[in-house]
Amino acid sequence: MYTQTEIIKDTTINGSEGELVINVGPQHPATHGVLHLVITLNGETIKKIEPHLGYIHRSIEKMCESLTYRQFIYVTSRMDYLSSHINNEACALCVEKGLQIEVPARAKVIRVLMGELTRIASHELWLGAMAMDLGAFTPFFYTFREREMINEIMEDTCGARLTMNYMVAGGVAMDLHPDFQRKVKLFVTQFKKRVPEFDDLITNNIIFQNRMKGVGVLSGEDAISYGCTGPVARGSGVSSDIRKLYPYDGYDAVAFDEVLETAGDSYARYLVRLREMHQSIRIIEQLIDAIPEGDFQAKTKAVLKLPKGEFYTRVETARGELGVYIVSEGGTTPYRIKFRSPGFSNLSALHHMAKGSKIGDLMATMGTLDLVIPDIDR
Amino acid sequence: MSHEKAINDLKIKSSMFSLEGITSSLHQWLYATLSPTFALLAECVIVILLAIALFAALGLVLVLMERKVAAHIQIRLGPNRVGPGGMFQTVADTLKLIMKEGLTPDKADKFLFNLAPFIVMIVAMLLLAPIAFAKGFQIWDINIGVLYLSAISSLSVIGILMAGWASNNKYSLLGAMRSGAQIVSYELSAGLAILSIVVLSGSLQISDIIAAQENGWWLFKGHIPVIISFVIFIIAVTAETNRAPFDLAEAESELTAGFHTEYSGMRFALFFLAEYINIFIVCAIGATLFLGGWMPLHIGHWEGFNHIMDYIPSSIWFFGKTIFLIFLIMWFRWTFPRLRVDQLLNLEWKYLLPISMLNLILVTIIAIFGWHF
Amino acid sequence: MFLKEYISDVYNGITSLLKGMRQTGYYFFHPKEIITEQYPDNRATLKLADRFKGEVVMPHDENNEHTCTGCTACELACPNGTIKIITRFDITPEGKKKKAIDTFIYHLELCTMCNLCIQACPSDAIKMAPNFEHSVYDRSKLTKKLNLPGSKVKEGIE
Repeated sequence: MYTQTEIIKDTTINGSEGELVINVGPQHPATHGVLHLVITLNGETIKKIEPHLGYIHRSIEKMCESLTYRQFIYVTSRMDYLSSHINNEACALCVEKGLQIEVPARAKVIRVLMGELTRIASHELWLGAMAMDLGAFTPFFYTFREREMINEIMEDTCGARLTMNYMVAGGVAMDLHPDFQRKVKLFVTQFKKRVPEFDDLITNNIIFQNRMKGVGVLSGEDAISYGCTGPVARGSGVSSDIRKLYPYDGYDAVAFDEVLETAGDSYARYLVRLREMHQSIRIIEQLIDAIPEGDFQAKTKAVLKLPKGEFYTRVETARGELGVYIVSEGGTTPYRIKFRSPGFSNLSALHHMAKGSKIGDLMATMGTLDLVIPDIDR
Repeated sequence: MSHEKAINDLKIKSSMFSLEGITSSLHQWLYATLSPTFALLAECVIVILLAIALFAALGLVLVLMERKVAAHIQIRLGPNRVGPGGMFQTVADTLKLIMKEGLTPDKADKFLFNLAPFIVMIVAMLLLAPIAFAKGFQIWDINIGVLYLSAISSLSVIGILMAGWASNNKYSLLGAMRSGAQIVSYELSAGLAILSIVVLSGSLQISDIIAAQENGWWLFKGHIPVIISFVIFIIAVTAETNRAPFDLAEAESELTAGFHTEYSGMRFALFFLAEYINIFIVCAIGATLFLGGWMPLHIGHWEGFNHIMDYIPSSIWFFGKTIFLIFLIMWFRWTFPRLRVDQLLNLEWKYLLPISMLNLILVTIIAIFGWHF
Repeated sequence: MFLKEYISDVYNGITSLLKGMRQTGYYFFHPKEIITEQYPDNRATLKLADRFKGEVVMPHDENNEHTCTGCTACELACPNGTIKIITRFDITPEGKKKKAIDTFIYHLELCTMCNLCIQACPSDAIKMAPNFEHSVYDRSKLTKKLNLPGSKVKEGIE
């Protein structure tokens, strides 16, 4: 498939129509990373898409098996690096489930706040990158300006901007920075002020709407059968928000709506993510003035040993459902760890969604799938 | 009496800044000292040198302008390290591109591959001929100027198709095919928009069209139909020059770089330069047809106002208008997402073409009844 | 009816595009909104977060004393083998043997700034410093010795 050099197959040889096989990726401006899609084209129309994975496989699952229950959490920041907080949280929750640690109320609220800030930051980056896929460069810079504020909040409290490693089994690693509340409130007001800009620039733009509407349609049944979760499933009308269905870390105590759209096209997925940011802001507004006093970390033993057995937790990352499955033999390191990452299942639906559409549509579809390649390869 | 004297003074002063005096005295001097053949040859050499100098200067200035406009729209500073305010950034970039190796892919059609950038460049150069840069500063005032412009400008697609085909690259081929469909279709509405001005002026000659705007630019004189054809013209030329939101030929998120994916070094620079020269030329045409070219802003019979406007040199008027239109096209690029290929053709065949045809009828009626100012 | 739809399509399309252009135009004509940080030029005014995790350092006081006892808790906590502690036995004035660090080796090139060593340290001997300009010409320069020459552990730290 890679060595094919002739541009168009001779139609007289196999009697089929002229086909064009192009490689999008692993180095290509549209595939934010090293995703490799082998696309069979008929003119501009896509006949087949074949994703090739493994370019950034770092065997994170295997690595985790040689690390202790305290150590392995940091590696998971490198899976879906845009929602690293939430990945860490999922692992911490799984270890806590095994050890039956009760997390202090303050730690829970901090986790929710950080998770929602991460979700907004991730969606901001997606918004800019997706607009760039469609050929509009400028929104990227505007969304990054917003994201920068979240990054600074993270830097203040966690000491890092992307791979924070802030969640530990039993709570969070450090207490909140004294400036945290003030900066988050500032961010919320800024965000609300800037949202109409994106409406003018992207959402209501006629070119943008034409590029998105009716493109990459995924029905609810297909979303379920491909295992799609997160905004991809919710754009097709499938209720899949883990925060609502299986609340963790006190998500049942805050009021927010699960955003659902029924159209199943790229525009629906776009709207879901946009409105999810507003819901995240709503959660932050509820909690920012109600952070309970107390410990930020439960007392744990120096060496964590999970009892023999199997443990599974799931959380809602910015991309969908992340499942953490730990098999313990009773030692200090896990016997086997498996991550169920949302990106992998969402990518599997790409062929179904983009088959028969134009190359330009593929970029719109891929943009709204919000793929993070290290999350797919792990 | 003193008022008229002052106006006469102004006229004398403004003629000092005019390039017409320089060109005509040079012309007379050459024909007086040399035989007519040699005088013509000498004029050709001067014109060629000036054209090349203009191309180099335009390339450097417009690329820098694009980067600065993009940066300020994107809340950035843009190039600011090389020279004061980044002025020499494009010079440094050009030096880099000259020193880079120009690769030719193994299985490419070497002759066509190397020829393509020059075709694109030559087409851009040919387009320069009938453009009036200032009062009396025009290379060739041909009597079918507008026809010449629209005929030659559609040739650049040959260079792009050649580049796409010869590269032996699938992205290039797709980009070139897109570009072909795009330029051929948008040629129509650009032509119809130009035609509306030809109908109003009653001439194809550039100097006549400019002279017809002595008492006001067509954009203001010709009521709403001319404004509509101006908008259609701007959209169509944005598409014809392969600029965003119509940059499907080099849609970087889909086709990496489209037809010039395989080009590097100076041959890439030629494509890049030709893009900016083409923008300059189409904007110059737009400024000439709709905004009066080098003609200063004149309003009907306001003699005093018109004389004050005459004080500003005609070359400044021309370049000011052109750069304003270039800015408009850059503004488009940094605001809008790209269209899909079928939407691009829909826009042309379902919207622009019917509207411009209807509009042409309106313009014709206005011209026949003389309803314009 | 078709014509009405057609005209409203064109009108809505153009207004939506003009709205977008107004947005970008606003930023073009308001240079105050520019957010570029001219990094190497603004070094003097650069403010880093006080908790920023840049590299592991071992603070020494004015008597060239640190608080590291050489318990190797950090070495065990580190997921990447970034820290290597070489200990020796000092003879105290009372004639007893006492464990002390000889060399605290820190591999910056392996470190992921996960903060686990700092959390594991019982005597707060190491901390994260907000340094981020780590580039060097030779990779071996990234392997650092954290305890200063001639330094010793502070009195009363066990």
